[in-house]
Amino acid sequence: MISDWILQNLPALLLAVPMLGAFATPLFGHVSDSARNTWVMLVSLATLVIAGLLTNEVLINGTLVYTFGAAQPSLAIPADSAGIPFRIIFTVDAMSVFMAISACIVGFAVSLYSITASKKMSGKDSFFALLLLMQVGILGMVCTGDMFNFFVFLEINSLAGAALVASRIDMGVAVEAGLKYAVLSTLGGLLVLFSVGLFYGQYDALNIAVIAQNMQFGMLDKVALVLLLVALAMKSGAVPMHFWTPDAYSMAPSGITAFLVVASQASLYGLFRVLFTLYNVTLDYVTTGWVIIILGVLSMFIGVTMAIPQKDVKRLMSYHAVSQTGYMLLGVGVGLAVLGDETMMNAFGMTAMQGGLFHIINHAMYKGLLFLTAGAIFYQTDTRNLNKLGGLGHDMKWTMLFFVIGALAIAGIPPFNGFESKLMIYESVFMFNPALSVIAMVVSILTLASFVKVFHSMFTGPRLPEYSEVREVPKPMLIAMGILALLVVLFGVFPQPVVDFIVTPAASALVDQSGYIAAVLGGA
Amino acid sequence: MIYNLPYIAAVIIIILGIITMVTKKNLIKIIMGLSLVEAGVNLFLVATGYVSGGSAPIFTNAASLKMVFPTVQAMTLTNIVIGIATTAMLLSFVMVIYKKYKSASVTDLGRLKG
Repeated sequence: MISDWILQNLPALLLAVPMLGAFATPLFGHVSDSARNTWVMLVSLATLVIAGLLTNEVLINGTLVYTFGAAQPSLAIPADSAGIPFRIIFTVDAMSVFMAISACIVGFAVSLYSITASKKMSGKDSFFALLLLMQVGILGMVCTGDMFNFFVFLEINSLAGAALVASRIDMGVAVEAGLKYAVLSTLGGLLVLFSVGLFYGQYDALNIAVIAQNMQFGMLDKVALVLLLVALAMKSGAVPMHFWTPDAYSMAPSGITAFLVVASQASLYGLFRVLFTLYNVTLDYVTTGWVIIILGVLSMFIGVTMAIPQKDVKRLMSYHAVSQTGYMLLGVGVGLAVLGDETMMNAFGMTAMQGGLFHIINHAMYKGLLFLTAGAIFYQTDTRNLNKLGGLGHDMKWTMLFFVIGALAIAGIPPFNGFESKLMIYESVFMFNPALSVIAMVVSILTLASFVKVFHSMFTGPRLPEYSEVREVPKPMLIAMGILALLVVLFGVFPQPVVDFIVTPAASALVDQSGYIAAVLGGA
Repeated sequence: MIYNLPYIAAVIIIILGIITMVTKKNLIKIIMGLSLVEAGVNLFLVATGYVSGGSAPIFTNAASLKMVFPTVQAMTLTNIVIGIATTAMLLSFVMVIYKKYKSASVTDLGRLKG
């Protein structure tokens, strides 16, 4: 009975639970610190469980359509509306649950980590409320089937993210980074809203499926495409709009940085959704595909070259995040460039897309892990300067181990997960254009080089006198890092089940525009 | 042409806002530029919802049955609310920056280089 009700309303609960959790957090904070911590953990765990159930449901039964305010949630089009689905609709397909589950795993690890890591902070009630709200924003962005709704969740995500970036106001620099992030995301959000207006003016609809069905690809649609492309590429931190990432990522508390990576990926999801579901082959897919590929190659290369001279460990990792975003853009861009060509699509296009998408979940895991280890170092030593650190390997053995796992994964060394997705990208991109594949490999080598440098300056060498008091970080932080490290290893050792189970359905759902439209509007 | 005036005005306001954001050095003025962009987008949305000869979607005293679908008004209202939240947050950031740096000018920022 109650379980039926839960199963029926999973997409709504996925948002309702963390939202209720966020607004109730200050109430529990009034009781005591431990009550609030327990509450946050419970909410995070519940969200993870719901995401898992939803994944299971969607992978078995296909795309799930949830209509808010309808008599039956599956009733997308009211009987008296002449075929217009005017309610807010969540369209949860395999791609959405793929993003949702990776966001929830990282979200759970981050809340576990932050509970201990934020001990020295004040204003923890609002900190955790904002953390959960950011999760609401991310999950909303990936689940919604409505352009305006997407904009609203984008704004929730940006506002919560900017406030969290600025949460260490004592130095002023964090607020500066937060201001930069907030101004840029607001401007990006307004561009998205403008293009939503363009769509509404032409098609009288906000629903993605309806717009996709009627897409004419006239002048206004091209303007809307450019605006969406610019805004979402900026939010996902692709070169040349990447300049906010190092500031925001390095100034936010480390747990938040790990989560900001997922927030950027939600924008990346938005970009892919717009390209594949909204426009699909109506656009000139070769040109647009090449635009995405060039964005990806630039991000890869500029990101990694900017990372090498950095002295601040989190800034260095932030530039690597830009560089890794390039891999995802490259993989999916190649898939887009051959979208209309059946033989090329079967030969390597699908593999490239799967590689790009697999890289999203892998990146969320290992980048989250790396930022958490950087935060653990900062927690104990109060500095992120690589020139000052050293000899920490003697006392922080577990952190060192987790760092090594993350670093090898990001550099694409087997048997860690980064290798599997990068291999898929190399192989398929090589068949498309060998030069691109070579660039991708060179970037991987440069990534390895810079992480070897980081490892050396942080962990090796004799014990330094100023860090004689340094001990291993508290257990909850280690467990949070351990969860992500375990997943990094598991995904690396057994990639095939993961690819078969969630990545392939996600890639197929993304290219299948007619399936998406049919799920909402009914019919063939 | 005359029907396109609101759209042209909206685009001009948006462009002015972006120019303000790019050229001004004062943080408050940058935020004002952002508000201009927002106002332009709102005007654009409202203009999209205008139907010649249509009446407000209130059944009790509607002159004719030709009514305007109120979606854009709802969207504009939502955006105004979001805009207030954003502007409030940005201005409070500026307050903190002013307290720490004793300046609200872009030229005095930039301690994040590295």
